[in-house]
Amino acid sequence: MASAEPLDDDGEVPPRQHPLRATLRRLFRHRLFVMGLCLFGIIVLAGALAPWITDVDPTKLSMRNKFRPPSTDFVFGTDNFGRSLWSRVIWGAQLSMFIGGSVVVLNAIFGTLIGAAAGYFPRVDNALMRLNDALMAFPAILLAIGITAVLGPSTVNAILALAIVYIPRTARIVRASVIVLREMEYVQAAIAAGAGHWRILRHHILPNAMAPLIVQLSFLFAYAVLSEATLSFLGLGAVPPTPTWGNIMAEGRQYMTDSPWIITIPGVALMITVLGLNLLGDGLRDVLDPRLRIQQ
Amino acid sequence: MIGIFFRRLVSAVPILLIVSLMTFSLMHFIPGDPAVAIAGLAATPAQIAQLRHDLGLDEPFLTQLFTWYGGLFRGNLGRSILMGQPVTDVMLFRLPVSMALAAYALVITLLLGLLSGIFAALRQNSWVDQVAMVFAMIGISMPNFWLGLLMILFFAVQLGWLPTGGYIAFSESPWGWLRTSTMPALSLALLQVGLLARITRSTMLEVLRQDFIRTARAKGLPRRLVVVKHALANALIPITTVIGIIVSLLVSGSVVTESLFSIPGVGQLLTQAVLNRDYPLVQGGLLIVTAVLVLVNVLVDVSYAALDPRVRYGER
Repeated sequence: MASAEPLDDDGEVPPRQHPLRATLRRLFRHRLFVMGLCLFGIIVLAGALAPWITDVDPTKLSMRNKFRPPSTDFVFGTDNFGRSLWSRVIWGAQLSMFIGGSVVVLNAIFGTLIGAAAGYFPRVDNALMRLNDALMAFPAILLAIGITAVLGPSTVNAILALAIVYIPRTARIVRASVIVLREMEYVQAAIAAGAGHWRILRHHILPNAMAPLIVQLSFLFAYAVLSEATLSFLGLGAVPPTPTWGNIMAEGRQYMTDSPWIITIPGVALMITVLGLNLLGDGLRDVLDPRLRIQQ
Repeated sequence: MIGIFFRRLVSAVPILLIVSLMTFSLMHFIPGDPAVAIAGLAATPAQIAQLRHDLGLDEPFLTQLFTWYGGLFRGNLGRSILMGQPVTDVMLFRLPVSMALAAYALVITLLLGLLSGIFAALRQNSWVDQVAMVFAMIGISMPNFWLGLLMILFFAVQLGWLPTGGYIAFSESPWGWLRTSTMPALSLALLQVGLLARITRSTMLEVLRQDFIRTARAKGLPRRLVVVKHALANALIPITTVIGIIVSLLVSGSVVTESLFSIPGVGQLLTQAVLNRDYPLVQGGLLIVTAVLVLVNVLVDVSYAALDPRVRYGER
């Protein structure tokens, strides 16, 4: 498929480079993207290394040590039951990453399937999109709360509820790109050459629909972590004593006047995560999907 | 104009039908027997049977469906188990509180979001722009309940300027309402302020780059006039479409804000309903709030058509 080489900004033919490497290079030149990656990386690492960097069980009570402010013994201090806040926040990071990651994976699978089906097969488009519209009409958190009301509060149910809330939004984005791509000449050519639906979707349409999806998924990770914290702050997420950032803050709330570190530290962790993911998403959008760019 | 309004209203009907069907089916997705789940473990078999009968759960599925829609069209959404009152009465009592809070937060959002977005766009890449965008980024990344907690800690506990929570109705004392609602409204608005500032900035930048802006400047119109009459008027059109999303986010956010500041609104009510397994209240509340949001979106669509002649004439 050798044709005219694309010219770079200086009007010269750039050296041959694998497109993925070119994209990665542009990403790592994007300062805010790198900052976001670092912030998010800290939290992912903390969560992944939780068993090795904490020495106390996050649910272990120690009434002798309650309400200790941050010190060399207790890096993040202790809560009303004398539990180490360092352990609780780090294990909370692991749970947040697990929940956020699961919601993202479920969205990637089902959002793509539903969006591709709706965008590619006009016959199912209407029905699927009416369902989508109805699910999106509910305010996100209220729908998640309604679903957990039915299923009961637990980690798995929080994942399910958030997946159901956000999949319609992902499906809509995939559908939008599939509709545009379906009409492209190279796709029409593939149809004329006798390619089957499955082949066209897998080889010609979906690879080109990935950019907006990846951008959406990185923002989605942020919403999922934030919504999960909200649910567990309200007592509708993972059940105590399992530590989540939301329920640590909910429990620390009544002691916040004298022991403010119980609410500030998990809040900072939550904010680092969401900020990191938002910066990451902005960077990915600038590089992968310039049409959507917020002008520089 | 009125024609567009009715057309949009009619096109919202299928969505409302599916939404109501979804809220109806909610109770049927409870694993096991819903009556047992509601009554709790301590209930006697007789109590459970009574509850099952009261909720109509002993009827065939289709009968339940017809009863639900029959009630819906007469404005009857069942009876709250927790409050012992009709769901519609409880909701009507709570809605004004939430609406006042949401309206306050919406005013803050529009003022701060639009202004900072416009100024950032006019002074692109200056320090004003950068500060505004850093704050917008913080705004969309800060959990609203955490901001609420920090504000309580600082303004209520440390400085003692404002009460830590509670609610005084506007009709009772406007000053009291302002004192009890300002912190909740601010913490609730933050996310939407950041969002709107970012969107306003990028839309303004796009419009300012258009040819007709250059023409207007070239023919000697003062900058202020061009910004307000030519640029802003055109930028506001796409921004209106975001208002629907902003209101939906406000409603979502108010759930936790109301619980945090002990404001007796719909959000707090529904959280209580879920924690106490008051399913009729959860169903009815979810349906009413969503229906209100669908109507808000119809109004947003109509005002979009009113502002943009291309949409208005395109529909003929």
